[in-house]
Amino acid sequence: MKNSVEVKNISFSYGKTEILNDLSLDIKEGEFMVLLGPSGCGKTTLLNCIAGLLDLSDGQIWIEDDNVTWKEPKDRHIGMVFQSYALYPSMTVEKNLSFGLRMVGTAKKIIDDKIEKASNLLQINELLKRKPSQLSGGQRQRVAIGRALVRDAKVFLFDEPLSNLDAKLRAELRYEIKKLHRDLSNTMIYVTHDQIEAMTLADRISVMKDGLIQQLDTPKQIYNKPANLFVAGFIGSPSMNFLNAKFDKSNQNIIVGNKQIDISKYENINNLIDDQKVVFGIRPENINIEKNENSILSNVELVEPMGADTLVWTSIEGTPISIRLEGSSNYNLNDEINISFDINKSSIFDNKSEERI
Amino acid sequence: MNVIPSGRRPKHLTIGRIGMYCFILVCAIFFLMPLYVMVITSLKDMDEIRAANILNLPKELSFYSWPKAWSTACTGFVCEGLKPGFFNSIKITVPSVIVSVGLSAINGYALAFWRFRGAYFFFGLCMFGAFIPYQVMVYPLLKIEDALGIYSTLPGIILVHTIFGMPILTLIFRNFYASLPIDLFKAARIDGGNFIKIFLYVIIPMSAPITIVAVILQVTGIWNDFLLGLVFAGRDNQPMTVQLNNIVQVDYGVAEYNVDMSATILTSLVPLFVYFISGRWFVRGIAAGAIKG
Repeated sequence: MKNSVEVKNISFSYGKTEILNDLSLDIKEGEFMVLLGPSGCGKTTLLNCIAGLLDLSDGQIWIEDDNVTWKEPKDRHIGMVFQSYALYPSMTVEKNLSFGLRMVGTAKKIIDDKIEKASNLLQINELLKRKPSQLSGGQRQRVAIGRALVRDAKVFLFDEPLSNLDAKLRAELRYEIKKLHRDLSNTMIYVTHDQIEAMTLADRISVMKDGLIQQLDTPKQIYNKPANLFVAGFIGSPSMNFLNAKFDKSNQNIIVGNKQIDISKYENINNLIDDQKVVFGIRPENINIEKNENSILSNVELVEPMGADTLVWTSIEGTPISIRLEGSSNYNLNDEINISFDINKSSIFDNKSEERI
Repeated sequence: MNVIPSGRRPKHLTIGRIGMYCFILVCAIFFLMPLYVMVITSLKDMDEIRAANILNLPKELSFYSWPKAWSTACTGFVCEGLKPGFFNSIKITVPSVIVSVGLSAINGYALAFWRFRGAYFFFGLCMFGAFIPYQVMVYPLLKIEDALGIYSTLPGIILVHTIFGMPILTLIFRNFYASLPIDLFKAARIDGGNFIKIFLYVIIPMSAPITIVAVILQVTGIWNDFLLGLVFAGRDNQPMTVQLNNIVQVDYGVAEYNVDMSATILTSLVPLFVYFISGRWFVRGIAAGAIKG
């Protein structure tokens, strides 16, 4: 499949602070790409560079086989949706939607057709005569999406569009954005720090930190096989449990304090060397409470019922461990439990390089 | 006596509060006193004024000083009252305000949104310009205007007011625009706006509050100006303030205090009117750090 957006070795710096350094990223046509990372990781800067709102210090940006590195934002066939909605406060919804078309002198009839199409799609027909100040947050963001729609943008850029909404609306609009992508199949690039948005929306996620792409893969791969410790800790809520350990080759064990965990079933066990210091990572849902020859005895220290799930907290050698159980499970404080790990679903990282083994 | 606290807390009139009201009252009287004296003096005839009971109300109302101040009082050798000065002031103020506010809005917009190379330097230069006392520049500017052939003309005085208004106005516009969300500007750029289009269609419609502040500052500032009008306007375009001075500073004959008072009130009517209709906005302007005498 051909690439819709190609970011080629770009660098960007604010004065002397380097935000992006030699970053490359290809986005396929019709793909939903999510740029995910903590604040300050450079994801919004990257999006602004693609939009042409910031000038690169090095590298190239290609959109639809066209080198747009020096082109104005308006000539890049993009539409952008901002976290703050960025609706023009003095214009009605209709004028907001048509602003871009009016700027290039589109005929009135064509404008009306496009507005009607977009407002039907986003269910904002009722709001066309209103000013942005008379709209709720969710409605405003719909209008902002509509503004990108009417421009027939080839690439949609979303800059944390749902961060200003409350939890319920966020889930609602997330669903609608996904539906929109299904119906339009445009290329979409979506910046967020919310891993749930990233997991639910993306075809591929690019996890970023300090201006570098840590891992670029499908949500499933990123969740199940995180490339390094950072990705493992950033993705998933409640987050992955980590135990500092040492590998014992002869017994195919890792040693945590004075406890031993059998990891003979780990997929890449042959890459481990004797006495290697590692970090053992396991997601809360991959820990079971059952007694077997490998289980570790421990106590319930805290219970967090979350409705669908119940989170049970315990600890191994002083490190807190969370276990995700069914909502119906019933444990009380100080109950003795035997915990065992799904080793083939765990991740083992090198202590120094923090890379997955 | 035990009252159970419930609902709105009762208000008590404390000694401190009474003291504060008294202080406010005294301040108000202090500042209103001169205005009171001016108004009643303008309504007395000269005999009553000579009786020197400055605070007494007039025994008999006489309005003759008002039309005299407006149309027949002598300013130097001409005796046409303040009327020509009033229209001169309007001819000076209106174009000066429009040009300086318009240019400053564009400057502020460019400084806030189009971060061109050296924008910070120009911003610093503006700050510097806003705080230089303009008396320093009067003589060099006079020589420049003379060389340009516009000294002592209407365009000459308009140019001077525009130049002196721009640093502070650019500052307040730039600060206002810097407080607008930058995303709006980004959205407009993606929507296809260029420098001028974004300014016209997106920025100007949002500029009403700060424009009102800027206009108030400029109208009052230019109307009240005396020095620049005296130096640059020329004999034919003397603003009202300069003519007022000529009426009050008589070298011969009798000083007609009632006419002086009427003339002074007439001259200050425009700024007074502006303050009254725009008090709220004016306070905002001061809060924005734009105080100018």
